[in-house]
Amino acid sequence: MKESVRILKNLEDESIEILRETAATFAKPVMMYSIGKDSSVLLHLAKKAFYPGFIPFPLLHVDTTWKFKEMIAFRDQVVADAKVNLIVHTNQDGVAAGINPFTSGISEYTRVMKTVALRQALDEHRFDAAIGGSRRDEEKSRAKERIFSVRGAGHSWNPRAQRPELWRSYNTRLASQETMRVFPLSDWTESDIWMYILQENIEVNPLYFAKPRPMVARGDQWIMVDDERFPLLDGETPQMRTMRFRTLGCYPLTAAVDSEAQTIEEIVEEVLQVKLSERATRLIDGAGEDSMEKKKTEGYF
Amino acid sequence: MVETDSVPHDTISAARFTRRSGSTISSGEVDYSLLTDGLEAEREQGITIDVAYRSMSLRDGKRLIISDAPGHEQYTRNMVVAASRADIGLVLVDATKGVRTQTLRHSTICAIMGVKRIIVAINKLDALGYSQEVYTQIHNELSPLFTKLGIDDVRFIPMSALNGDNVTTASSTMSWYSGETLLDAIQGWNPAAHVGSDSRMDIQLISRAEDFRGVSGTVHGAGFAAGDKVTVLPSKQKATIAKIVTYNNENATAGDLESVTLVLEPDIDATRGDVIVNDGNELEISNRYQAKIVWLHEEPLVQSRSYLLISGPTQAPVTISKIKYVLDVVSGEEKPAQKLQVNEIGLVEIATDRAIALEPYSQSRQYGNFVIVDRLTQQTVGAGMVEHSLRRGTNITHQAYEVARSDRSLQKSQKAQIIWLTGLSGSGKSTIANELAKQLFAQGFHAYVLDGDNLRSGLNMDLGFTPEDRAENVRRVSEVAKLMLDSGLIVITALVSPFETDRQRARSLVEEGEFMEIFIDTPIEICRARDPKSLYKKADSGKIPNFTGIGQEYEVPLHPELVIDGTKPLLDSVKLIMARIQ
Repeated sequence: MKESVRILKNLEDESIEILRETAATFAKPVMMYSIGKDSSVLLHLAKKAFYPGFIPFPLLHVDTTWKFKEMIAFRDQVVADAKVNLIVHTNQDGVAAGINPFTSGISEYTRVMKTVALRQALDEHRFDAAIGGSRRDEEKSRAKERIFSVRGAGHSWNPRAQRPELWRSYNTRLASQETMRVFPLSDWTESDIWMYILQENIEVNPLYFAKPRPMVARGDQWIMVDDERFPLLDGETPQMRTMRFRTLGCYPLTAAVDSEAQTIEEIVEEVLQVKLSERATRLIDGAGEDSMEKKKTEGYF
Repeated sequence: MVETDSVPHDTISAARFTRRSGSTISSGEVDYSLLTDGLEAEREQGITIDVAYRSMSLRDGKRLIISDAPGHEQYTRNMVVAASRADIGLVLVDATKGVRTQTLRHSTICAIMGVKRIIVAINKLDALGYSQEVYTQIHNELSPLFTKLGIDDVRFIPMSALNGDNVTTASSTMSWYSGETLLDAIQGWNPAAHVGSDSRMDIQLISRAEDFRGVSGTVHGAGFAAGDKVTVLPSKQKATIAKIVTYNNENATAGDLESVTLVLEPDIDATRGDVIVNDGNELEISNRYQAKIVWLHEEPLVQSRSYLLISGPTQAPVTISKIKYVLDVVSGEEKPAQKLQVNEIGLVEIATDRAIALEPYSQSRQYGNFVIVDRLTQQTVGAGMVEHSLRRGTNITHQAYEVARSDRSLQKSQKAQIIWLTGLSGSGKSTIANELAKQLFAQGFHAYVLDGDNLRSGLNMDLGFTPEDRAENVRRVSEVAKLMLDSGLIVITALVSPFETDRQRARSLVEEGEFMEIFIDTPIEICRARDPKSLYKKADSGKIPNFTGIGQEYEVPLHPELVIDGTKPLLDSVKLIMARIQ
């Protein structure tokens, strides 16, 4: 077996084992579905883990109402094909309060529409385990997190009091008020994700592929004008630039990169060349040196 | 990571201009520790606290996962976590300081955790004029240690990480060294292929779909193929693998480490935690093992307390029946001990409540490992590596007798059960037990009281009141109660039994519905005022160090069947209990 194929096989087997542990040991697990490439891979692995049975947990999408239009269309189609139950949750209090990424401030917007919304959804459905597609190579505090990562009361994360996690003997037990976050893709890298998408022929969102899109410059980042809610400056008109997205999120907070990549093969090629972390295109992660860790302690994924 | 261009450039650039407080590295230079120290607290304090994991690709396409562990003694447990999955251990020696106790500790932990190759990087030789003598001295000092630890694959590499000598490229200044670089020593590693024909799969879950039933899990060893004859443990049922199912195909084989689903013929009754082995692989199962344990929690290991053992999908209640010694990881000395404190490594005997299939860790890291979980807090408190099973466990087979508990209960026209009274000293347990026994006797029931104080003058006369002794006290009383229950009696126990885990263990010995935990809830001020045995007076004057409620905590039952208000009249309380018995 080719080394690159063997690496993907090992990662796949490990992730399937983690998904099965989750299904076998929790009363009410849920899988986060954020529509991006990692979610696509996670969903594919879940199909494999429980084949020929159905995926034994629902998917949860936290919709901030500011996602790219193409994301929502893609989500609904994928979910219909996969025959899984999808729960979509929006923080209606936040909507009523008019929280938005332009005038509320990025931190406040993220806290209300993502972190609080997620906590609401987990509480409402009494999920005791939430499976996420985070990878350790994404961000420095994620490199420190367990595969089975305990959350205390209020979904808080205490990075200094994590359970020791040894071998593959996972402690999935919960004390009163605790819940679990599960990260089956912990050991994967961005290029593993793309190589696997290529190998398994997994469908991904069209936003990942380069095409001329209506863009405006903000600082040194390019942001797509996805709908009429985008506040243009006086006299500003979006210009068409051939770009693609490395990660998907809320459109006003997700920058695009110049690219000509129109196939998965070309994306793989590009990812292997590019030497910037994918988080570089996410505006919410720049808001302070330890912002990811802080958000995570409050319950963010 | 940096030399092989495995770190994103924006991350390196951040490490160039971000500074920890008190950092002496000048701005513009890369502070490499920032590449893995990801937590706020680590950056503030300038130390590594927890393990960081980084995946990277080597030049030859192989995958390397770096587990960066802190090296200080108080973080031994984090080192153990990192080493538990590692093939290669990189022990860094600062040549300007020579071999230190830290070096010995790191090397010993690597050996205990089953790391196969050790690379000793002798660093900072640039500060000593690239001296071959220093290198040789450290080499000669450490070599016997690795021989003693039983690691034969050891590589010593003279290095200057600062100048890049022998990190990824051979040093031009240390011409006296012609061996491999650090990167060579890592890339050259090849995991040993499985030897032998044994195959094993622990069942993770039962896979069900319309007209389909299979068992899912991860395969280890030589692998399985359709048509293989297998045995399911512990039931020893025989079956044949009808087919092996994965998403892509119903492929014929399942190799080492593959996650698969097996369809068995006949479709025997198997459950999560059961073990499937191929015929000819006579796997021993036992409920007693000798194991090395690393203690991971601030609260020390308590002998006789019931914990939970987790090994892959296997879970079983476990007690540590004996601590044989605690190991001094620096001197290698084995010292007798009553307790295992956090970060200590000891050799122990464990007893599980049922036979499970563990293997020696030296033969199988996968099936020789287990973690120990506190049954109340659910914290992972210990990590274990099996040395061997103990014959005692396997040679005792349970003898079944034809007259059953139900027959004996029926003969006495009652439901045999355990009434477990728990509460502070002076809460009224013995008084309630006495009245209960009187009323039961009067109504023709067969009941018996096991009183904590009375038992301490006989069966438990060797026990004191430390947490360990209390755990053992409760263990013995629960075993006796179980025997009496089996004889068809209603058993009333009256003992403080202050710890939830110990009471839970007592409950776990018997069937559901046979155990009634009754919390006698009396405020400590009232118990103190009653003080029938003058114990509070003695405890207050410091004469009884481990007295519950004063020197030791009482853990209020989480889910008792009944709570009795100990300030209410005796006959009312007993009436409440009698109503539950009849």
